[in-house]
Amino acid sequence: MTAKHEDPATGFLETADPGAPVPERVRRRDPLRRMIALARPRTGRFALGVLLGAAATGSGVALLGVAAWMLAVAADHPPITALSVAVVATRALGVSKGVTRYLERLVTHDAAFRTLAEVRVRVYERLAATEPFGRFRTGDLVSRLVNDTEATLDLLVRGLTPPLVSVVTGGATVLVLTAVYVPGGALLAAGLLLAGLAVPLAMALLGRGPGKRQAEARGALSTTLVDTLHGAPDLVAYGAMDRQVARAHEADEVLTRVEQRDSAVLGLGAGANALITGLTVWGALFLGVLAVGDGTISAVSLAVLVLTTLAAFEIVAPLPAVAGKLGAIRASGERLFGVLDTPAQTAPAREEGLADKVAEEGSSVSVRGLRVRYGPEEPWALDGVDLDVPEGETVAVIGPSGAGKSTLASVLLRFLDPAEGCVELGGADITAHPADEVRALVSGVPQDPHVFASTVRENLRLARPDATDDDLWEALVRVSLADEVRAMPRGLDTEVGTHGTGLSGGMVQRLALARAVLASPRVLVLDEPTAHLDADTRDAVVADLLDAAEGYSTLLITHDLTGLDRVDRIHVVREGRVLQSGTHTELLAQEGWYRDVAG
Amino acid sequence: MKPLDPRLVRTASAVRLHLGVSVAAGVLTTGLILVQAWLLARTITGAWDGEGIDTLGWAVAGVAAVAVARAVLSYVSEASALYSAARTKSQLRRRLVAHVTGGRGRVWTAGPGGDGDEGDSGDGGAPKAGELVTLATRGLDALDDYFARYLPQLALAAIVPFAVLAVVFWADWISGVVILVTLPLIPIFMALIGMHTQARTDKQWRLLSRLGGHFLDVVEGLPTLAVFRRAKAQAAIIRRVGEQHRRATMGTLKVAFLSAFALELLSTLAVALVAVEVGLRLLGGHMDYQTALLVLILAPEAYLPLREVGSRFHASMEGVAAAEGVFAELDRKRGTDSEGEEPAPSGTPAPAASGDLRFEGVGLTYPGRERPALEGLDLTVRAGEHVLLTGPSGAGKTTLLSLLLRLNEPGTGRVSVRAPGGEWEPLSAIPAEDWRLGIAWVPQHPYLFDVSVADNIRLGAPDATMEQVRAAARAAEADTFVSELPHGYETRLGERGARLSAGQRQRIALARAMCRDAPLVLLDEPTAHLDPENAAAVRTAVARLARGRTAVIVAHDPGWLTQALVPDGTHPEQTSDRAGHVRTGGADELPAPVDADDPAGRRTGQTRAAGSAGTRAERARAGGADGARHATGADGPEGVRADRAGGAPGLRVVELRVPSTDGGARR
Repeated sequence: MTAKHEDPATGFLETADPGAPVPERVRRRDPLRRMIALARPRTGRFALGVLLGAAATGSGVALLGVAAWMLAVAADHPPITALSVAVVATRALGVSKGVTRYLERLVTHDAAFRTLAEVRVRVYERLAATEPFGRFRTGDLVSRLVNDTEATLDLLVRGLTPPLVSVVTGGATVLVLTAVYVPGGALLAAGLLLAGLAVPLAMALLGRGPGKRQAEARGALSTTLVDTLHGAPDLVAYGAMDRQVARAHEADEVLTRVEQRDSAVLGLGAGANALITGLTVWGALFLGVLAVGDGTISAVSLAVLVLTTLAAFEIVAPLPAVAGKLGAIRASGERLFGVLDTPAQTAPAREEGLADKVAEEGSSVSVRGLRVRYGPEEPWALDGVDLDVPEGETVAVIGPSGAGKSTLASVLLRFLDPAEGCVELGGADITAHPADEVRALVSGVPQDPHVFASTVRENLRLARPDATDDDLWEALVRVSLADEVRAMPRGLDTEVGTHGTGLSGGMVQRLALARAVLASPRVLVLDEPTAHLDADTRDAVVADLLDAAEGYSTLLITHDLTGLDRVDRIHVVREGRVLQSGTHTELLAQEGWYRDVAG
Repeated sequence: MKPLDPRLVRTASAVRLHLGVSVAAGVLTTGLILVQAWLLARTITGAWDGEGIDTLGWAVAGVAAVAVARAVLSYVSEASALYSAARTKSQLRRRLVAHVTGGRGRVWTAGPGGDGDEGDSGDGGAPKAGELVTLATRGLDALDDYFARYLPQLALAAIVPFAVLAVVFWADWISGVVILVTLPLIPIFMALIGMHTQARTDKQWRLLSRLGGHFLDVVEGLPTLAVFRRAKAQAAIIRRVGEQHRRATMGTLKVAFLSAFALELLSTLAVALVAVEVGLRLLGGHMDYQTALLVLILAPEAYLPLREVGSRFHASMEGVAAAEGVFAELDRKRGTDSEGEEPAPSGTPAPAASGDLRFEGVGLTYPGRERPALEGLDLTVRAGEHVLLTGPSGAGKTTLLSLLLRLNEPGTGRVSVRAPGGEWEPLSAIPAEDWRLGIAWVPQHPYLFDVSVADNIRLGAPDATMEQVRAAARAAEADTFVSELPHGYETRLGERGARLSAGQRQRIALARAMCRDAPLVLLDEPTAHLDPENAAAVRTAVARLARGRTAVIVAHDPGWLTQALVPDGTHPEQTSDRAGHVRTGGADELPAPVDADDPAGRRTGQTRAAGSAGTRAERARAGGADGARHATGADGPEGVRADRAGGAPGLRVVELRVPSTDGGARR
């Protein structure tokens, strides 16, 4: 990523800093243009692909044209030498079409996959720099990144190359026919434009209404089916299944009717193309016969004119499908750039050397007047929070979901900048320091810790790549996971499966904490460690986590009361504010939310 | 994958109609192709012969007529294809819906809620509901392509080559032979290449999906990587994997494109051969110009449909794959037992629901599971009694409820019921639908439908008035937040009740149960996963719901329930009007462990004494010893209940254990 210039179309992707904000004028550009711009480093390969494609399509058209010329000449029984070039050319064209088509597909696919690989890296770097995790749901983010980056592939192979090939081949064919007979060339040009451009565009326009109607009907049906299938136990238990199935049938009938009504419109494209092709051939024949009659062109030219025109419509055959593709690809592009244009969630660092300050001043955390929100229009997620985590103590933040607890974790881990107030670690304002400096000192277990589809060892060493096996075992012992890992068939080398499916919920939490401990931070943030655990394992996991957190300054974020009798101080957070503070016993003794819910 | 799935043809009447239309259109199109070729050859030859437009006018006009006719034909064929596709999709969808919802209400989530203690039904390999919905909508939509683009082309491919071949043979047998020899080579070569490359491409596709999975994994784990400052370092790995991905893909594609290459090469080369051979014979005077032109124009037409079918095959196969998915689903047996033995439902609630329930040696093992979900359960529940089921995960709590709901039938033992004043009868003798009319069920994760709040509440009582709905909501502590919704009770809830929090959804489900007004209520962990505030509201509502009804409640931590269900003065609203129906008793009296050696205690609860390890099999309470006697109801003297003051039996905690035949399998 050392390109010196800013990419005019994509803005951020070629700048030295993958986290730089995207200029407004770039953001307003058509996503298709921006996606095409992503392929610019591969222009040469794509051009080669287009040329090969044009050669392939051209071979097919030329084959019939040359053959027509050969027959027309042969009909006058000239010496065989008059045909020798045509014979050789015909055979060559017969072979070249298949070969060039094969090469074209290889070259364009190769270029597209190279582009895709590069786009993925750039997209990843952009995300690693901007960290827009708070803005998008994880599933949404992942679908945008994985599926929508793949749309670039579709755009290049199926959206961009076929039209370019058509333009090159169509242009060349029209030129040749114009040389043979000017009106014939003009006629073909008109026919190709109609069939290749006008009809697909008109169909795209015509199809918009039905597309919307069908999408609505399909959405309604889909919702009803989701209800029917997911809600089946409830429906059966309450004897409502028959009524629900009747509703599903109703929705199905609506969709079917809409589709049937629209089939009359959607079939028009095929008819229009057949008509244009047939009439253009007819026009060429008609004009040609007239021209031969008045001696403007020879009979040989007539044969070439008519048969070339007949073959030429193969050039635009792939285009109707492209129009439909482009719409879907543009939508993908919009989603993709929606993520990529999101600016960095934290301001650039102003100071360095946080570790030194903490070494001197200790690792107590102090939060003062903290206000955070996810956008200028959004409500306050945290609305003036004050709390302290003294060095070595464990402090819990409890509150109902949506109270802003996880936002606090995001700020502490430098995923988010506060709008107002400050967060100090060892007396230093963490928002002034680079995220990586902060994360060297503050670590923990995020709300849904991700377990990578790898071994236990690799998952742990993520936090400290140079850790020895002894270090790993020490961490595992600390979180009470060592016995279970020892019992696994391959110990540290056991594959944990995608998303850690080979592990129980409690083991995932413990593994994630072991990872955090290995990073040897000073502050631990445990964000909802019990969220996905069943009631049986909850107590044990919290107990083990709190044991392991002994000695760290720990912030436990939770929505239930498990383990709260063990922490040094509890803050009740509701609607972005601290409602109550105190120890478990103190809070139980006073009137208020805590006693109400704990009772 | 077959080019034409016979099951698809058999299943959907719309398909047969469409096939007929396609074949007819194919025959007509073939005729038009031949006519057009002959007219073109005739006109060009005529002009070469010196004929003018006045003598060739008819042929030129004929070409125009053919053009119009082909356009009309292709319009009709495409439009009718889409029309038939719509109907076919609908027919398949209806069969799918009927299948997965049908059969006495056997639904694939054998455990109610699907995610309770026992998890899914263990119906190995069965697609999830979400997949089925996708299959039924977007998946089947791919059939449009199959119908509109592929089937008509298949019809053409089956007709045109033969017709062209016949005409060419008639016009010039030598060219006919060239086409006859090359035409069959195409499918042969494609099949050979396909067979040769299959294993290789399979292997590479597996590699590809692994590489794709890696990118997904890293992106999903990005926040975690960021926490450990490893995010930027991963970029290099992504680059490397991307490069591997490209190389692997290109390796696959080099092979995969070969069959298209064979097709393209053979068809073009054959036309070139015909052209040269015809040209040379024309030159030598062994052939006339018009015949030569006719053969040249027709030769590509013989190969065109084959190429088109080939190129459309893959796109349209998505639809066929979806259809096959539907068939696979239709073939899958649903449910756990035989069907069709039970008497027809009468549409009126079974009176036994307000009576006593008895489990005798009941066990159930979900299909595909080794470990039983429930084993040797003996338990009697008296009318009006409140039973709290506790026990660790996997003890069969949710399964017990599903047996009472008749979502599953016991594998061993039997469940009997007794209407007030009636005789014991097997539960299976009562039509499931009638039995369920007497039940209100609140699962751990109740499902809310994308209809109005009011309609969600009256799910089990479709005729309930607005007043009744409101009253139910008030009793379930739901009225306040419902009234604050934009359209109150008429607010649509969005998919899965997305508008509401988990606690609010739970309260709507409680309102649903209130509205049902059934004598037997089943609750599954009503407060699990709720924050304390919502849990408190749900507790209040549960207490109201249980009052005056027989209740079986699964609760991990029964403490709050015993408190909530026992009006001890701290919950004044619970001591109101119907207090008399609930057994009272201080929370300090419980739980009273029953000695394992006490035969009464062992017979009750789930007798998994596990041999010598037998500890407490049940903790029973409810009015002290009286309650303990009660717990032995299976053997106890009839009429004990009638002796009780107020006719209301008490509250009992039953602890289930994980079946002992567990082969050590975790999760």
